Amino acid sequence: MSNSTKLVPTPGQTVGPFYGYALPYNKDRELLAPGSPGSIRLQGTVYDGAGHPVPDAILEIWQPDSEGNIVHRTGSLVRDGYTFTGFGRSAVGNTGVYTFTTVNPGPTEPGAAAFISVAVFARGLMNRLFTRVYLPENDEALAKDPLLSSLDPERRKTLIARRDADGGLTWDIRLQGEGETVFLDFEGTGTGGAAQ
Amino acid sequence: MSDAVPATPAAPTAVPAEARRVETQQDLDAEIKALGDAYARALKDGAAPETQPRLDFPPYRSSLLRHPTKSLHHADPETIELYSPAFGHQDVHELESDLTIQHNGEPLGERIIVQGKVLDGDGRPVAGQLVEIWQANSSGRYIHKRDQHPAPLDPNFTGVGRCITGPDGSYRFVTIKPGAYPWKNHLNAWRPAHIHFSLFGQEFTQRIVTQMYFPGDQLFPLDPIYQSIVDQDARDRLVATYDHDLTQPEWALGYNWDIILTGSKRTWTENEALGAEGDDHE
Repeated sequence: MSNSTKLVPTPGQTVGPFYGYALPYNKDRELLAPGSPGSIRLQGTVYDGAGHPVPDAILEIWQPDSEGNIVHRTGSLVRDGYTFTGFGRSAVGNTGVYTFTTVNPGPTEPGAAAFISVAVFARGLMNRLFTRVYLPENDEALAKDPLLSSLDPERRKTLIARRDADGGLTWDIRLQGEGETVFLDFEGTGTGGAAQ
Repeated sequence: MSDAVPATPAAPTAVPAEARRVETQQDLDAEIKALGDAYARALKDGAAPETQPRLDFPPYRSSLLRHPTKSLHHADPETIELYSPAFGHQDVHELESDLTIQHNGEPLGERIIVQGKVLDGDGRPVAGQLVEIWQANSSGRYIHKRDQHPAPLDPNFTGVGRCITGPDGSYRFVTIKPGAYPWKNHLNAWRPAHIHFSLFGQEFTQRIVTQMYFPGDQLFPLDPIYQSIVDQDARDRLVATYDHDLTQPEWALGYNWDIILTGSKRTWTENEALGAEGDDHE
């Protein structure tokens, strides 16, 4: 474990409004082809502090496969439709909605709560925000998850997706205000983009 | 609130017309100065330097409704977060790092070489990882339908590039120096010339999107996005260095810019220093 950071990290900046022809790419939100065995839809809406959908945000997800394996496969940018690489990127549409086709992540350790790691970018957002979306099943694993158990019940709810009738997941992001999503600081410095 | 998101996405950087009439650069300068002065006083009183932008920086109007109001919650990264997606040369073609050869003719403007290294907070090279850039053309115009700045589009310049870092963490792009451009944060708001950079580390927690600026830009003090980093040393980390040794005779000016990601939280092995490049041969 290395905690002795010697160099000061480069500051982040907003992704701006015009990432649209740079970051999105063909099949960026399809971690595997829609309709493949085991595939699910992960979808939701990104909201600002006034409750309006944010049309110029972009999300990335990074996750283990359904068995909990962390894959080390290339091919996230040029998809072959078969290789699961664990990475996806979805620009939100005009209505603030994002969509991924993926699989239910497996727990990376036996008995652990399974989740997908998320990075959020947007115009007006000065630095990326990290968060997680947990599967709603397995109450026992959710109860002993170190992050979830450190949150009060209202905030904890913001990290757990809803299971849809078609087997998919719905999970909204609220950048600010009532039901504000829990965003994470992995550095523990208090300056990792902390709200002022 | 002066920056409600428009009901339609037609003007993503617009503030309501009423606010636009009254808010001038002078108004914004005063707000930026007040925040800068308060930070200077806090530093003097022993506060720690702020190394990242403020998520809530009111002079950047678009941040008002888009910053979390609760402190970021400290979490120890779990296993998946201690790894990053793998990118390889099957994902990125070598020619994608030259933004001047994507069309039939030469783009207009000042050809430049931008190179540097991606390092982690412990000084280790980030090898075999994806670097993506995007930028305006030499006239300050993006090829984006929402960019209605009446500057010419350049049919020979799209402004998008990618590369994979080398074993020493190095990246290199050939491109055109972007122009400054107006945006609608307030009356007479102009962004300093910049190139957007998107970077991955060896761990997902190192993911960052930032902007590289050019030395000596007169717009720095006026720009709420650049000024949202209230610490001058931290701001300076976003400014490239002109490098005459990198400049090539009769061809292109050279700029150097190194990018430091956060420190590694995972125990490294020597093999990992080679990055994900080996995955190409699976």
